[in-house]
Amino acid sequence: MLAFFLVRLRLAALVLFVVSLFAFGLLKLSGGDLATTLAGENATAEYVQFLRTQYGWDRPILEQYFVWLGHVLSGDLGKSFYFGGSVTTIILDRLPVTVTLGTMAVLLALSVSVPLGVIAAVRPGSWIDRLVQAFALGGQAMPTFWLSFLLILFLGINLQLFPISGAGSLAHYVMPAMALGYSAAPAFVRIVRGGMIDALAADYVRTARAKGLGTGKILFKHALKNALVPLVSVAAVQFGFMLGGSVVIETVFAMNGLGYLAWESITQSDYPVVQAIVLTVSIFYVLLTLAADLLNAYIDPRIRLR
Amino acid sequence: MIKYTAAAGQSDIDAPRLVTRLKWAAVNVALLGSLISSDAATAGKADDTLNVGFRLQLQSLDPFYSPGREGLLLAFWIYDNILYRDPVTFEFKPLLATAWQQVDDKTIDLTIRQGVKFHDGSVMTADDAVYTLNFVANKANNVFNNSIFDWIERAEKTPDGKVRLYAKAPTPTALEFLAKIPIYPQKYYERVGKEGMGTEPVGTGPFRGKRGPNNTVVLTRFDDYFADSPKPKPAIKTVVYRPVPEVNTQVAELMTGALNWAYYIPEDQAAKLRGVKNLKVVNAESMRIAFISFDAIGRASPDTPLKNKKVREAISYAIDRNALAKNLIGASSRSLDSVCYPPQFGCTDDVRKFAYDVAKAKALMAEAGYPNGFDIEVLASRSRPVADAIIGYLAAIGIRGKLQFLQYPAVVEKRRSNQAALVIDDWGSSSINDTSAMVDSFFRNGPDDYTKDPAIIGALDKASKTLDVDVRKAAFKDMLQRVANEAYWLPLFTMPINYVLSADVEMPVSPDEVPEFYRARWK
Repeated sequence: MLAFFLVRLRLAALVLFVVSLFAFGLLKLSGGDLATTLAGENATAEYVQFLRTQYGWDRPILEQYFVWLGHVLSGDLGKSFYFGGSVTTIILDRLPVTVTLGTMAVLLALSVSVPLGVIAAVRPGSWIDRLVQAFALGGQAMPTFWLSFLLILFLGINLQLFPISGAGSLAHYVMPAMALGYSAAPAFVRIVRGGMIDALAADYVRTARAKGLGTGKILFKHALKNALVPLVSVAAVQFGFMLGGSVVIETVFAMNGLGYLAWESITQSDYPVVQAIVLTVSIFYVLLTLAADLLNAYIDPRIRLR
Repeated sequence: MIKYTAAAGQSDIDAPRLVTRLKWAAVNVALLGSLISSDAATAGKADDTLNVGFRLQLQSLDPFYSPGREGLLLAFWIYDNILYRDPVTFEFKPLLATAWQQVDDKTIDLTIRQGVKFHDGSVMTADDAVYTLNFVANKANNVFNNSIFDWIERAEKTPDGKVRLYAKAPTPTALEFLAKIPIYPQKYYERVGKEGMGTEPVGTGPFRGKRGPNNTVVLTRFDDYFADSPKPKPAIKTVVYRPVPEVNTQVAELMTGALNWAYYIPEDQAAKLRGVKNLKVVNAESMRIAFISFDAIGRASPDTPLKNKKVREAISYAIDRNALAKNLIGASSRSLDSVCYPPQFGCTDDVRKFAYDVAKAKALMAEAGYPNGFDIEVLASRSRPVADAIIGYLAAIGIRGKLQFLQYPAVVEKRRSNQAALVIDDWGSSSINDTSAMVDSFFRNGPDDYTKDPAIIGALDKASKTLDVDVRKAAFKDMLQRVANEAYWLPLFTMPINYVLSADVEMPVSPDEVPEFYRARWK
């Protein structure tokens, strides 16, 4: 297990190194001169040059990368052009909103997907199974921004059930979590459905039935327990995806999280913040994937031998 | 009871019982929803709170370190500037300075108003003014919106208690700038610095400011606001600045009443909101104007057809600017003949005019030696529909425009690195009511100048080095006429913006795009 852990850890470190190159290189190649952007519309060419020198953008690119990497490794993500303060502080300030939203979305998706997956598996091919599959297909096909606006229209404007924008109370998270959760639900539904179909065909379920156990016990205590194992690792990865993938949702609902920060920073060409967000989200994603791998390896020892 | 058929892989369960359980689950979820739901629209007249939506958030409440337009606006709400520019007449009025006198070309004396209180109760003095002006003039302080401050050399207090301001060079637009510079309390700012001012600002303005939850800024009426100010004491007690980045969400919030005011609402959205009962839409002009610039000297390519005056004239005749203004921009938009915003000092429309005439344009293309047109790269960054329409107009006279729709900074970079043959552009003059703010960057031999015309450069130099009103007017007229005669640029139209307000709010709008919330009142 330790050897497996070390191999995965090395891989994760390699991925993070590539991500650092990508984060640094992405904005350098994105078009638009940073000094010009920072200086503003009416700035003189001398002032633009002054900024270019001050921020070291006139130095060789490789030198710029290593200086930046050195700071990152010491926990200094730089200073925001737009907000003025430390990028580390800004990121830490925004993280709770995104984590809360991601957690609510995953929980919401699981609370809907697991029962639906079970129902669909109980009668595969039936109309109810098809209905569940249609629900899953909808989640996969529907763009999150469109669903967000539908929710705003029906629950926000027509019924006035939930506040439309902001993150001031738990109520503010309901519609964004629904929109974000629905995009994750299809994967969960399919895994639960597939797992349940396999489990219900297994010998131990037949034995449980022969013992005269009730429907609930067979479904939820025996079959579902086994069907849920792969769901744990998928949910972990989906959670990582949500931390990075909530840019649209947070922007639409004006939630003060990392996604909204990403949008703002890209709009303002706030170079250090965009880099830091890409890095932070990637680290989360890599760590969650690593955790999911280890969990799988712990549950299923065959994986360690591959 | 489960009936299980192993071969088919199907099972039959006690479905009705399961459905009943799911129904209960659904009821529980609904109950949970009702428990955590809150009233979406608590805002408005009932609690005397005006909720205003902006796209960007204000990270700092210190305008010197709060970038962009929103940062500049703070100086009007929480602070007072040295002078006040009337938003209707553009006339300068006393604000924190009761009088100003041009001592010589580079020196201005300011008489600072007595008895004005800062929000912390301290009294504003000439020392505070001297401190603030020297602070922004000091390059090491690296204040944002640098172009407003970089003309100041230094300031000092005169023996008779006035503030003497030294400019680096004669600055005809000095009063425009002074109408954008607030006065800070020296002792407080020295103690708390930009971080402290950024979170707990102290100004003299009609509103006290403080941070609210979720990146809002809460502006509360300052009851000790001085009576002689040209800015009235606010009628509405509280204004909440809410950052809502997505315009569709802003629109939804306006419809529910959670927002009472928003601006820069695109025309297609505004058109829909015009039919909504609890809202009103005001389409009002701003100082921003749109134009097309041509590479008249071959900076982008030595053999560009745009060096030929006849080609530039042909393009100028080929575009129906009235149709663009009315159909794509808004009812208040008007087409322009001169490359300046009409009320700006020195702006005149006494210039050569290009009426829409495709036949004439085609004839000019033939005369220029391009009867079959040519290919050209077109840069644009603001409005895709306008850019597409212009590409269509160019195609009608044979010019095959290849549109590159980019972010604005990318366009600037291309222009400065000799890659901008034809640009569909716009400029807001930083709301400065002087033609120099519109044309200096583009025609005075700077990195954005694609004409480098000595006559124009000479005229602009003359206008920048004197405070003589008549000399400046004449210089601008010469310059604007030459731009039109040579068809260096094609001015397109003014760019009004849409303001959307709750129907029960009354608030004036002005071309300088400064929302004066202290003038807002409930109906």
